Parts: sequence; C-alpha cells; structure tokens
Amino acid sequence: MSDKIVYFSGMKEGVFEKLKILAESAKYDVSCASSGTTRRNRPGTLGNTAGWGICHSFTEDGRCVSLLKIMLTNYCIYDCAYCINRRSNDIRRATFSVSELVELTIEFYRRNYIEGLFLSSGVVRNPDYTMERMVRVARDLRTVHRFGGYIHLKSIPGASRELVDEAGRYADRLSVNVEIPTERNLKLLAPEKDHQSVFRPMLFIQQGVSASAEERRKFRHAPRFAPAGQSTQMIVGATDETDRQILTLSSDLYTRPSMKRVYYSGFIPVNSYDSRLPSVGQVPLVREHRLYQADWLMRFYGFRVDEIVDDAAPQLDLEIDPKLAWALRHPELFPVDVNRADYGMILRVPGIGVKSAALIVSSRRHSRVTATALKKMGVVMKKAQYFITCGELSVAGVQDVKPEYVRRVLTARKPERRLPDENQLSLLFPEQS
Amino acid sequence: MKVFRYDRSFEGLLTALFDVYVRRTFPEALIGEGEPVPMFATEVFEVYTDSGKAARVWTGLQKRVSREVCNMLMYVWFSEEKGSDLLLMRYLRKVFDSKDGVVSDFTDGDMLQARQIARRVAKERERLLQFVRFQKAADGTFYAPVSPACNALPLAIGHFRDRFADQKWLIYDLKRRYGYYYDLETVTEVSLTDVDTLPGIRLDDRLMAGDEKLFQRLWKGYFDAMTIRERVNPRLQRQMMPKRYWRFLTEKQ
Ligand code: SF4
Repeated sequence: MSDKIVYFSGMKEGVFEKLKILAESAKYDVSCASSGTTRRNRPGTLGNTAGWGICHSFTEDGRCVSLLKIMLTNYCIYDCAYCINRRSNDIRRATFSVSELVELTIEFYRRNYIEGLFLSSGVVRNPDYTMERMVRVARDLRTVHRFGGYIHLKSIPGASRELVDEAGRYADRLSVNVEIPTERNLKLLAPEKDHQSVFRPMLFIQQGVSASAEERRKFRHAPRFAPAGQSTQMIVGATDETDRQILTLSSDLYTRPSMKRVYYSGFIPVNSYDSRLPSVGQVPLVREHRLYQADWLMRFYGFRVDEIVDDAAPQLDLEIDPKLAWALRHPELFPVDVNRADYGMILRVPGIGVKSAALIVSSRRHSRVTATALKKMGVVMKKAQYFITCGELSVAGVQDVKPEYVRRVLTARKPERRLPDENQLSLLFPEQS
Repeated sequence: MKVFRYDRSFEGLLTALFDVYVRRTFPEALIGEGEPVPMFATEVFEVYTDSGKAARVWTGLQKRVSREVCNMLMYVWFSEEKGSDLLLMRYLRKVFDSKDGVVSDFTDGDMLQARQIARRVAKERERLLQFVRFQKAADGTFYAPVSPACNALPLAIGHFRDRFADQKWLIYDLKRRYGYYYDLETVTEVSLTDVDTLPGIRLDDRLMAGDEKLFQRLWKGYFDAMTIRERVNPRLQRQMMPKRYWRFLTEKQ
C-alpha cells in the first residue's frame, strides 16, 4: 500500500521557491470557493467534495484558504494594466511542471490542507498552448491518480472550444473572468483582450453543462461536465463603472443556467505607475462589501437589480446596507406583520435573515411569534423594530418617525466600534440580515 | 426535588425516559453514578440501563420525528453541555406528549435551545473537517491529534472515512483520550492506555516519513505567501480560526 502512496520521485529543490512565487502571483484572484458539488468518493480512492466547501485555513488578512490556489506559470505575453503578472513588470517568474503540480496537490490533500486545486495561468505562446497544459494537470489528477477532490480551472480567454470541452470533463468548476464590466474600459486597460474572448468560452461552458445534463437524463452514468458550473470575477474600482452597471451585468449573468457566482474584487493598486489606473490610496473594501450584499439580495432574497440600484441612485449607499436602503426608500410597505405576512415579505425586513425568516414561518403555525421569540431566533431587533408589528411592540414604525430618523439612529456610531474592521468582518461571508 | 441517577450513557438516558412513563414522574435533575446528590433532593430514583427499553424509545421517536431531528438530538447529546441531558428528556417528553409538529415550534424554549446547542456542535464538527492536520508517519499512517471543545469526533469520522479511503489514518482526541484508526478496510475506535506510546501534538522526527518535513515546509511557505499585506486583519483571522486550534496547525508553527 505505502509504495502506492510514495509513488512520486520526490520533489526537487527549487519547488519551494516556485511555490512561493506562483502563490504570490495567484493570490489576488478571489474566486476560491470550493462549493457546488457533492461527490462521494469511489471506494478505495482518494478524495470527495463536500458540497458547501470547507475552509482549511485563514490567512492573516482573514481570507479563507480552501483550494491550492496557484498559477501554472506567471510568465505572460499580455500586458493587462491591473495585473501584477503583466509582461512589462519586472517580477520573479517561474513555471511548474505538470508533475510537480500534481504531486503538490495530492500531498497537500492527503494532509487535509486543502479541498483541491484552483489553477490559473499567465498566457505563454498562445491561449491554447497554455490551456492545454492546464487541462493536462487536471487529466493526470483524475485519470492517473484517481483524485476525487475539487478542481477549479480558470479558462484562458480565447481558448478553443475543444480544450474547454476537455477541461469540463475533469474540472468541477470552470471560470472565465470578466475583470472589467464594460468593453470600452477593458480595451483601455487590456488592449489584447475583448469581451468576446470572455463571453465565448463562457458560452462553451454553458453549452457543455446543458449537453451533459441532457445526456444524464437519458443515461444515468453519462459523464458530468463541470458539475459545479461556472463563476466569474469583476474588478471593482479600477475603472469608472457605476454599481448599477456592475450589478446589471451580474444580474444578466445569473440568468444563464450554469452561472453560479460572480465575485467582486476591490482593486488593489499593484501597478501604481500606470497612469490609466486611478490613484486610489485604499482598497475600496466597503464598496466591495456592499456589492456582495447586493449580489446576495439578488440570489437569495428575491430582489431585482432595479430595486437595488436605478437611474436615480446608480451607486450603492456606502453607509447602510442595500436592504435597509431599499426599505427606507419604501416606507409605504411597512410595517410588516410577522404573524401574517408571506415569507417573501418577511425576508425583506431589515434585520431578518434567511434563517430567522424560516424559523418565524415555521413557528407561527403553532403559536404567536412575540418580540422575545424574535430576538431568540436571531432577529436584529435594533433594525427590525421599525419595520414590523407582532401585536405588542411599542416602538414607532418607520412611517411614523420618518426614514431619515431611522437612518440617523442606525448609523450613529458608537465611539468604541471601529467601522472599517466591522466591514471586513463580514467581507467573506456577506450574509446579511 | 426528584432526581434520577443514571450511568451517563445515551442508552441510559433513553431508559430514564422510559421510566418516566412507568413511574409517572419527571426528574428535576439528573446525576451520574458516584456523583453527589443535590442538597434539596427529596427522592433519588435509580435508572438501570436497559437496551431493550432504550430501543423502544428510540424507535418510537423515529416514528414521530424526521431523521434530521433524530440527528440533531444526537448532536445535543455529544455537546457535553451542562444540563443538555435533562433538556433532551424534556424535549423527548414533549415529542411523545404533544401532537405532531411540536418540534418546529421555536417559540418553545426547549425546542429552540436544542437547536442552538446542536448548531454549536455542528460548528465544532465542521472545525474538525477544516482544521485536522495529518502528519505522515514512517510506516505510511497519517496521524492527526485533535482536541475539540465538545465530543464532536464521532460525528466527523464518516467524512474522513469517505475522503481518505486509500491511506491509513489515526485521528486521536487528546482531551478525551480516544480516537479512530482506519486500516484501509474498517474504522475502529482505539484508546491508547499506555500513555508513553501516544504521540503528542507533533510526530517525533524519528517517527516521521522521509518527505513529511518537506511538505510541511512547502505548506507553510504557501500559506505565508497567500496573505495580502494591504489587508492584514488579525481579528478576522482569529474569529474565523480560533486560537485554540493553532497549536495543531502546521502552517501556524
Ligand atoms: S493575461 Fe492574465 S496573467 Fe496575463 S497580464 Fe492579463 S490578467 Fe495578467
């Protein structure tokens, strides 16, 4: 048995340096969730996927480490202004061999360090040449080593359909990053790219996913294609798009059947010398956080994008969360009677999240839901009190005291609380109430 | 005050509930064998664990509530929280005495509390899935010491058996002094009585596989490289990954 495990020839010196260089180069990519598939292990082999994704560690900045997020190489023929790996940057460069990456993945996985591999790459020679090597890593893991852990491949913009198809057979998730929401700005910052090079592979993935779903309806054992679907990422704050433009694009993307997640990455000025980029001193963390909250509202709370941002208010309110902002714009819809209103409306009350809304609806069939019960169920009464009735509250509702007052009370800052930290706290899991 | 004395096993607890219906009395406190009797106790009933009675209670329960609720009650049992056994008894009595659906009434303090305790245990189980770190021993066995806040290891073993099916492993709870060993075939509960043979938190250099040090170093190097310096936030890190786990984490050594 053990000789099966010690199959590898042993790591050469130099891998340590490569690993550091290529991790540094990969770390700004945020879409590292390993969720979306549940696959039980085949008997006697290594690895399964756990459905919701497991964070195995947290870096000093508090981000989840779930997958071995790494680049195959950080050499690149392109010169995207927002990217640390652009060809005009004078940084240390390295390239992994396929077998080195496969060994690292397997050995890290065996020690429960990771859920699997998230592989991206700079573009060497041409998109297909690069994509082919990435696919080879995934193929070796699956076929030679019968690896059942999670694999996410970041498809190279402009890669051919054949390679995307092959990638989908081995990977759980594929992604193609939009990066810049409007094509005009994309071309400004990444002259070698256009939206077609992004949206075409996205379409290939979508078609692969639906074709496989169709097949599997007929034959239960037909091969799966990227069972965790696809995701994408947009950089926020490098260009002048409004939140409305960003969220409208997200909302369009979510209508595509295979699109599971859109990630927002607050722009980190890695190339401050480039005059096409804004000279931001600080990463727009609060804005990034608000975008995630808005995204959450669209995916789990039944909000349409035009309820969150519109012509009159194209930017999200940085001071309050988008659900509260919506409620304050619509005082006429409140108060909501928690013992009567339907689930969808209860979900729209500021201070009530998905979990507590479900508890309320489940409990009120038996007894009246009181303010005390609400509090125990995890409802944030400080917020919710202005928007609900449960037959016993004495606080005046948002209609009586006016939205401006509620806003003032809820944004009044207690001196000992530091706001920036608070915003970071929920940055990764932007579950909101 | 009426007190039931039982052997602190789950079967014992189910037997106690059986006795509630036979004796037509409900305890206000539960104590284990050899534990002091509370000062205001008026009567102490002895519960004699009986697997037949326990099985009848459990089957009755399965008929009345969903599998999720049964699982949740197991989680409450493994919580080791003070008073959680009495809570379970109150919970079960309500299930047997009321009509269907009482378990979804979270205005009832017991229903809500059981759910909350179960969620804390589920969280601790999840942390095992996250933070177990295997070290490879020279004989090829992967060893991981743990010390969870509650007795969550039995609830996590299924996950490890499914995931690491082609390697031998031993996960050992240092606090509760027992663990599980997988030999490529089956998982067995083990309790190393001889304290000297028990490895500590780190495997001794002599016991380590030849490439173990290398992979530990690679992992730590990777972990350090992943930090985005512009965003350092130790408070968030500690919140997501409590300090009490750090001594087991390879990357934190
Ligand atoms: S193609 Fe990718 S790796 Fe290359 S410069 Fe552009 S963003 Fe960076």
